[in-house]
Amino acid sequence: MRVIEISCLEVWREISNYLDGEVDAELRARMEAHFKACGHCKAVVDGTRNVVKLVGDGIEYQVPEGFSKRLYAKIKGK
Amino acid sequence: MSSTGANLVPAETELIQRACQGDKEAFYCLVQPCERGVFTAAMSILNNAHDAEEVAQEAVLKALTALPRFRGECKFSTWLIQITINEARLKLRRDHRHLYESLDEQQTDGEGEYFPKDFADWRDIPSETLQRKELREALKRALDSLPPKYREVLILRDVQHLSIQETAQVLGVTEGNVKTRLLRARLQMRDALTPGIDGSWSTGKQEFEKVRPW
Repeated sequence: MRVIEISCLEVWREISNYLDGEVDAELRARMEAHFKACGHCKAVVDGTRNVVKLVGDGIEYQVPEGFSKRLYAKIKGK
Repeated sequence: MSSTGANLVPAETELIQRACQGDKEAFYCLVQPCERGVFTAAMSILNNAHDAEEVAQEAVLKALTALPRFRGECKFSTWLIQITINEARLKLRRDHRHLYESLDEQQTDGEGEYFPKDFADWRDIPSETLQRKELREALKRALDSLPPKYREVLILRDVQHLSIQETAQVLGVTEGNVKTRLLRARLQMRDALTPGIDGSWSTGKQEFEKVRPW
């Protein structure tokens, strides 16, 4: 398949959709060809993927201790 | 509640029916798997654990009252998170914090384009590094620094793993808005975290290298 070039600007606009699998096969191929040639965009996509991975375990949003018990008491008291 | 709600699993349908008849234990069984989601949704807007717990409780009690009107058009968890988001926004308004938030938004975050500011190379994170205290603290600071409308999308999508459609539904925005805000949130998070990757939370090895365009 012939891959049509894509600019850095267009790549940045689609980086999040790319990571979510929300781009079509043609755009994906163009972006991947771009990543091979452009170190900056490769750095941006790798870093953004790391952000998704880091945030994904949700450690920063653990429920406080006793949350469930207090919620149960509220429900029972209603 | 419609017994044919396409988004409900049979066990949920039964619990909802029992809860509608006043069975509080059944309602708690229904809510318990969503607890973390409800708390996190409230946190995404309020960014304060005490307020988020208060709002989570209010939202759950509101859901109990509204349950007979729930038709199963979406998953129970999505419906509950939607109520939580609304309650959290109401609390913000009640506390008059929206005045400050909207001022912040005007100054710092239109729907304009956001471009990466830093091109430092940041390769795959080794799994042991994920648990490093400095990295987790930097991550929390970066999350706190996000304007609320970006933080809420990031949390719903990347922490709670809601689909784009569900995120749009609970926030009352279009799927296009979700994608735009998510892009902005992720790029801003990356920019906020990238300056720290020079080795401050790598394990001593030269794992990251700066690649700057100037």
